[in-house]
Amino acid sequence: MIESGKIRIAIASGKGGTGKTLISTNLFYALQQLNYKVTLIDCDAEEPNVMIFFREEEEFVHDVTQKVPVIDTTKCTFCGKCLEYCSYNAIFMLRDMKIIRILEDLCHGCGACSVACKYDSVSEKDISLGKVTRYHSDLQSSIIEAKLRVGVFSPVSVIKAAIKEAGNNEIILMDSPPGTSCPFIQTVAVADYVILVTEPTPFGLSDLKQSVDTLKTMNKSYGVIINRAGLGDKTVYEYLSNENIPLLAEIPFDKEIASLYSKGEIVAKHNIVWMDLFETMFNTIYEKNGNINN
Amino acid sequence: MKKMETSIISGKGGTGKSSISAAFATLGGRVVLADCDVDAANLHILFNPSHEEEEIYITGQKAVIDYSLCTNCRLCMEYCRFDAISLDKGKIAINEISCDGCKLCYRICPVNAISMIENNKSRMYSGTFRNGKMVYGRLAPGEENSGKLVNIVREKARQISKDHNIENIIIDGPPGIGCAVISSITGTNNVVIVTEPTTSGLLDLMRTVEITSMFNLKTWVIINKFDLNPEISDKIESYCSEREINFAGKLRFDAQVVEAMVKCKSIIEYDPASGISIQISKIWNTINSK
Repeated sequence: MIESGKIRIAIASGKGGTGKTLISTNLFYALQQLNYKVTLIDCDAEEPNVMIFFREEEEFVHDVTQKVPVIDTTKCTFCGKCLEYCSYNAIFMLRDMKIIRILEDLCHGCGACSVACKYDSVSEKDISLGKVTRYHSDLQSSIIEAKLRVGVFSPVSVIKAAIKEAGNNEIILMDSPPGTSCPFIQTVAVADYVILVTEPTPFGLSDLKQSVDTLKTMNKSYGVIINRAGLGDKTVYEYLSNENIPLLAEIPFDKEIASLYSKGEIVAKHNIVWMDLFETMFNTIYEKNGNINN
Repeated sequence: MKKMETSIISGKGGTGKSSISAAFATLGGRVVLADCDVDAANLHILFNPSHEEEEIYITGQKAVIDYSLCTNCRLCMEYCRFDAISLDKGKIAINEISCDGCKLCYRICPVNAISMIENNKSRMYSGTFRNGKMVYGRLAPGEENSGKLVNIVREKARQISKDHNIENIIIDGPPGIGCAVISSITGTNNVVIVTEPTTSGLLDLMRTVEITSMFNLKTWVIINKFDLNPEISDKIESYCSEREINFAGKLRFDAQVVEAMVKCKSIIEYDPASGISIQISKIWNTINSK
């Protein structure tokens, strides 16, 4: 998957609010300053926050849509075949009363009902799931944001569209959605390396373990950043050393970092130590994961 | 018997939602606690409930190919809308991650070479903890339909509330605004959004309020760690008053909340006389007085 000079890194965390976006935006900034050609994709489509930290201009937006069926009730015989084919309970029908309705929220747009119907009464229309926006950062770099429309159930299609938009020819950073279910899987599936961000608390540890178990089954390489070091306890450290998981960096709990972050500021702009931290971390990851099988 | 369902959600993750849910659950009185953050259920760590019941939850299905039957006709590839079927070295291959379980390939395959297998690794547990009953779901990694699992967890919580005569149901919801969140809030008496004074916190709050107003739910806002940025905290308060959202109160950053978690206790259990515990119990009374 990786070609020489290219790498895709996902920044993820089981638990929400551990500092994923803090890491991905600062890493992006640092690499940009080092003149790398880098793309940051905000894959947290339910709550995309990356653009809070940048003031870039919008280059273009495109809608992500899904097909949903429309039933022509003049042709429909209420045979119920489409109901039988639908795996998502998205069709509601009362045969005796000749009522048939599509529950668009539940529909995944698989097209099975169109195939099922022998009376040509199912056609399709597009509904909007959200947007993918590309922001131009400088000549070399850009940011792509996936944003789910409020009220839509699953962000997966919007995430996939954003990843597709980024193409495959540079350093790609992906700010992953929290958790370990489908939105997370869709994001890390295309990554060569995963940075897991956690905090040294029992909740942080429990969610970290679940993320690690998931990445193991997917055969991914990964390492951990501990954010808010100094709070909580030592159990996360013990777990990392028992499992031989690399500790990539520790970020201390610091009110100044919290305050800069809260205002939408890039910490690395204000703190040269952070530039070094991210450069070293990237080089370590890249040396080990950036040049395997072309 | 009257039942009172309160759902605690946050939009943005890590705002302190679960710590506040844990505090609400231990203020006194028996409760049914439903941990609906099924991707990252954590409250059982604090409360160590007994396992009285375990149920298997089927999240969906995945297609598999029997290569002794497959003729490589590619019809399935043509029909699949999830980019889950491709040619790999001349052979049809199904990508398990992309497969949505719609069964269309299984239905149209002319030689019946495709079958469906169930994803059956997710679980729902229920049991007893020190302040009442607890239900929690555990979604197996990578599985979907978390909204449906949330519904099942809530259904179980309601049943327990009825059987054991416990009025208060406290729902610890997931972050985000997707299906699991929608399932965690529909039909509840109160939705409490826990936010933090950051630009991300405010923007995520706005998206979350859009969801709660879509469903016409009585919505409350708590600002956690407000002293980390009093300016944005004020902005959030004025946003609430403009939008006529009930403001339940704000909490200071307090390292004791983390210390309590390390000791597997809620802040109320750890230090009931602390300022933050008193403030949380005031907030709970405010939410329940209307």
